[in-house]
Amino acid sequence: METHNNFDQKFEFAGKAKTLSLAGIAIGVVAIALGFATGAIERTFANMLLMGYYFACVCMAGIFFCAVQYVAQAGWSASLIRIPQAFAKTLPIAAVVLIAIVLAGLNMTHTVTNEEGKQIVIPYLYKIWGAHGVTDPKSEAYDAIIAGKSSFLNIGFFLTRLVVFLGVYSLFGFLLVKYSTNEDEIGGMSNYNNSFKMACIFLVIFGFTTPIFAFDTIMSLEARWFSTMFGWYNFAAMWVSGLAAITLVIILLKQNGYLSWVNENHFHNFGQLIFGFSVFWTYTWFAQFLLIYYANLPEEAVYFFRRWEPEFKPWFWLNIVVNFALPILFLMARDYKRMINRLKYVCILVLVGHWLDYYMMVSPSTIGPQAHWYSQIGWIEAGVAVGFAGLFTFLMLTALSKFKALAPKNHPFLQESLHHHI
Amino acid sequence: MSKTKFILGLFDDPDAMMDGIHKLQQNSVPIYDVYTPMPIHGIEAKLGIKDSRLGYAAFLFGCTGGTVAFSMLYYMLVHDWPMNIGGKPSFAIPDFVPITFEWTVLFTAFGMVATFFYATHLFPGRAPRVMDLRATDDRFVIAIDAKGNTPHADITNILKEAGAVEVKHNERKYVSYE
Repeated sequence: METHNNFDQKFEFAGKAKTLSLAGIAIGVVAIALGFATGAIERTFANMLLMGYYFACVCMAGIFFCAVQYVAQAGWSASLIRIPQAFAKTLPIAAVVLIAIVLAGLNMTHTVTNEEGKQIVIPYLYKIWGAHGVTDPKSEAYDAIIAGKSSFLNIGFFLTRLVVFLGVYSLFGFLLVKYSTNEDEIGGMSNYNNSFKMACIFLVIFGFTTPIFAFDTIMSLEARWFSTMFGWYNFAAMWVSGLAAITLVIILLKQNGYLSWVNENHFHNFGQLIFGFSVFWTYTWFAQFLLIYYANLPEEAVYFFRRWEPEFKPWFWLNIVVNFALPILFLMARDYKRMINRLKYVCILVLVGHWLDYYMMVSPSTIGPQAHWYSQIGWIEAGVAVGFAGLFTFLMLTALSKFKALAPKNHPFLQESLHHHI
Repeated sequence: MSKTKFILGLFDDPDAMMDGIHKLQQNSVPIYDVYTPMPIHGIEAKLGIKDSRLGYAAFLFGCTGGTVAFSMLYYMLVHDWPMNIGGKPSFAIPDFVPITFEWTVLFTAFGMVATFFYATHLFPGRAPRVMDLRATDDRFVIAIDAKGNTPHADITNILKEAGAVEVKHNERKYVSYE
């Protein structure tokens, strides 16, 4: 029953996948344009930041996946390493998109009336610390707490960090892909050894910088509040949503006649990873919640107080159900992880669930409570999310189609991966 | 009537042993069990061994642990001796979660170890029962229940043909470490 695997098979990006991803991009562009035109500018910006961050995180998870496989000297994943590599190749563009959104959000301003009844000019994104004059004691907008943080949290250093982090991640992604494609040309162990070294260095850098990346991009939306768990919480969300994206792409490729050598044993591994890291996500989520709940300090509890408003409460609970209870129940038994269609739907569920997770981080401090809980998520949210999903699909599949073959035929662990059996 | 209880085919190579299993199965000789010093890939499928049910046992132990911990906490902190801790209600569910979680893990871990000991007849202080001592060292052993499996000479021949380095006709089932 051994099938004949064509390791020289190339991915052709055409047909339905191309049409649908382009349609998704069109929907996103229309949603953003309509969002600006109808005056919901802040809401549109918040959604763009959310999806820009999600997009970059999924690509970073691709590099992280490759690096973890090299450092662990894992064999099972060798034959499907092209897919996370395509994610890695997409990161530079994701980084540019995210930085463009952040720059636009910081530079476009509007005038609002604050709690004291004064007219102040604030940017659309990072309104608490990004406004002009927050650190100037003579200014109307002066904020002592933000001024105390301004040696770290100022626009110049903030942008520098963002550019440096995303640049360094992209560089390592580029190197890992380059070594792998070189390996296809010349064979031997030298490229694998280089990948191993680079993966080790990358993991150290990545481990120390992703929490800061999360603090900067998302936590600083509520700049007066802080949580040291936030970085790991975001890392967990990034990793599990990245795994779900990688698995979903592999399943869809397999169902469309590619990757004939990938079988239920590989999916079993992915199922275990998604199951395990869904639990890990819940662990970090709950660790953050329990400490804040137990200490009950007003400056910390304000975060959950906002998310406990009636407009957010249903989404708050749904977040835990979708990201914890459902993956646990759907993937618990051994056989469940080996059912490809079941795994596919769990992946979609986890991806949507982590959109909601990011939404719960971003929305209460930017969009704020709407009229009803169900009007909290509307056409802008859906449109922007579809747009970025389309953009990601388009760019990632374009990157995938540029590989000369879908199998890294000189990877030292290729045979181990082909005979993977658990 | 032969006194032989078990026929053991000893192999020094796992591939030869797999070949032996194959030959025995072709000749419709039922295999009692196989003992190897290391895990052999795909042997469960070859011997038709059912998937382990340890996972179900683990799930039930976990449920037991969670229920016990939660009931205990409820009895202590809500029913028997309510205390004011940081002005929170007595029945503060988030506070219960870590202990409930830990007990779930503890019960699952201990329960699985106990189940494993029970299923394999391994208890601390008990000499393990093995059919051949070298099965834990460098021999791959196929055990065949001798009763009803006759003639024994044919089985011996099949094993020898497959490359068994030694065939034993044991009158006792186990040889124990003493």
